[in-house]
Amino acid sequence: MTRLNYDGSFEGFLTGVFELYDQKLQSTELVRGTLFQPLLEEKIIHVHADAHKAERVWSGLKRKISTESLNNVFKTFLSEQPDMERHLLEFIRNAFQSPVPVEKDFGNRSTLYISQTARKVHREKHRMEAFVRFQRTSDDIYYAPIEPDFNVLPLIIKHFKNRYADQHWIIYDRRRGYGIRYNHNSGEVEEIQISFEENLSDAFLPESVVAEEEPHYQQLWQQYFSSVNISPRKNTKLHIRHVPLRYWRYLTEKRTK
Amino acid sequence: MVWERVQEKLSILSDAAKYDVSCASSGSNRKNTNKGLGNSSGSGICHTYTEDGRCVSLLKILLTNYCIYDCLYCVSRKSNDIRRAGFTVQEVVDLTIGFYRRNYIEGLFLSSGIFKNPDYTMERLVRVAKKLRTEHRFNGYIHLKTIPGCSEELMKEAALYADRLSVNIELPSEQSLKALAPEKKRTDIIKPMKYLSENIQGFKHERKLIGKAPSFAPAGQSTQMVIGASPENDLQIMSIANALYKTYQLKRVYYSGFVPISNDNRLPKLGTAVPIIRENRLYQADWLLRFYKFSLKEIINEKFPQLDLDIDPKLSWALRNLDQFPVDINTADYEMILRIPGVGVSSALKIVQGRTFRKLGWDELKRFGVAYSRAKHFIVCKDQNAMPRDLHEEKLRQTILGQSKYAKSLSPQFSLFA
Ligand code: SF4
Repeated sequence: MTRLNYDGSFEGFLTGVFELYDQKLQSTELVRGTLFQPLLEEKIIHVHADAHKAERVWSGLKRKISTESLNNVFKTFLSEQPDMERHLLEFIRNAFQSPVPVEKDFGNRSTLYISQTARKVHREKHRMEAFVRFQRTSDDIYYAPIEPDFNVLPLIIKHFKNRYADQHWIIYDRRRGYGIRYNHNSGEVEEIQISFEENLSDAFLPESVVAEEEPHYQQLWQQYFSSVNISPRKNTKLHIRHVPLRYWRYLTEKRTK
Repeated sequence: MVWERVQEKLSILSDAAKYDVSCASSGSNRKNTNKGLGNSSGSGICHTYTEDGRCVSLLKILLTNYCIYDCLYCVSRKSNDIRRAGFTVQEVVDLTIGFYRRNYIEGLFLSSGIFKNPDYTMERLVRVAKKLRTEHRFNGYIHLKTIPGCSEELMKEAALYADRLSVNIELPSEQSLKALAPEKKRTDIIKPMKYLSENIQGFKHERKLIGKAPSFAPAGQSTQMVIGASPENDLQIMSIANALYKTYQLKRVYYSGFVPISNDNRLPKLGTAVPIIRENRLYQADWLLRFYKFSLKEIINEKFPQLDLDIDPKLSWALRNLDQFPVDINTADYEMILRIPGVGVSSALKIVQGRTFRKLGWDELKRFGVAYSRAKHFIVCKDQNAMPRDLHEEKLRQTILGQSKYAKSLSPQFSLFA
């Protein structure tokens, strides 16, 4: 058994696929750095992410599958699930081998896995577009911390960039330790890393750093959330299905003082 | 803003607006041009859900709950002794922008009690929308209620700024309207619907022809009916909905289970259960009309004028039409597959795509998300050509009702109102 160890990036993953074909490796596993544990009796190859090689695999795939499936491949990758490399690899192999399109062959386990995993990731992307709550800081930045299950930041950039084109904003993935920042003067989004001071590590910023109006708007929103409820119809199970508990920490309407 | 005062108004005026069920923010496509604020695209977003599980997508408030009318079923009616309040135009604008920038909402749904007269009220609603669009370059979603009896000019102006307009049909028959909302005339409701429908079509047509025309309520119009306040049956209700979809191209009809608010003897008493299941069945039936290619007659007719409360209308139809089953999912056409209980749109699509690669059996169907325990009674697939089946309506109904999912979905309702 040969194992290809890559750095955990999408580019690294695609480079791994390239090496696999280039070196004609059989029965190979692709393992990301963080999950890598050396086993006995195996050959280990360390892959160095290479933009050119990754690009060749990607554009090769583009010729074989639809844009939707291509997106599904990327989303499945962002799921960070332990077995996603195995399924992606099998799917990509099938796509390259088969003379007919394979992406709708849902009877195939990997094809179905990708379609279902991509759907889960897509659902969380959609949830993040809904559940992000900005807090306006005193220097006029709209800041939102999040902790998604999957690595969805790359997927939500476009939505927020289009929507909030006239304000500075930052969305920060606290679990993965990186964020995206939009600068409304340049219109560009960039990746950032922030080292938080002790008092900024909560879900909500302290009053000392937020804009004067911020606590008022939070209160108004909480007021609204409680007023629109129709209590004879209370249905907690349904509520939690739509707004799972793990997201509550960052939701203004769920904030308790 | 005077925050405390605004908060108090918000509590009164959102409370009064909440019985209006419509929350859709979809169907519009307003791009953010020239670095303004916001956009509204495709499917709309539920930013949170109420504790009773309804989508919160828009800031839904009344401009004021003062009203000169006295509709019996409405909390804001003149004769009701409640706290009254009114927002200024600027307050509504600030709230909308403040909420929108924080990603709390997709936009604004503004309705109002009628103060002074219909035109006076409508003029203020329009002013809010105009301010948002022109002064704040706001491209988020705006839904305005059109006040019955307002002038056509105001309606037209409203449609130029709003994404969606709605006129509520309120009650399923003219008699009920007379009895419960004596100041409202059926024609005051139908006329604006007709006007909007014609103009929405007209502007669309113009845009096609000459490539450009101002956007006129691009997300169309919707309406709402109160269910359970008056004696109409489901057949009457669904027939009206069907006619509205066909005649005025409405985007949505909303059904709102009546929440008892007074002890007036012309209405269900306080403490009467909100008809939640019935409301849910109506939405399911509506769904079958719009997305599953069922005709009204198939779902409900003179022989079955009331939707079955125990089971959903699709299953109900299947049980009445057992001669059309079992369906072979490897050969049947898409329309028929959609009609199988336990098969939704997404699994139906997977079936017709997946079967071109191999014959499908139960394994695949389960993985596609088909509800096996229900669907098995209605399907033939690779794994079993002729399973002995219980193709007897009443027996099958009992079998399915005995299955846990149905038992569970019914029990909380009954325990709640027992
Ligand atoms: S006109 Fe509207 S707000 Fe006034 S009482 Fe009737 S339903 Fe209520």
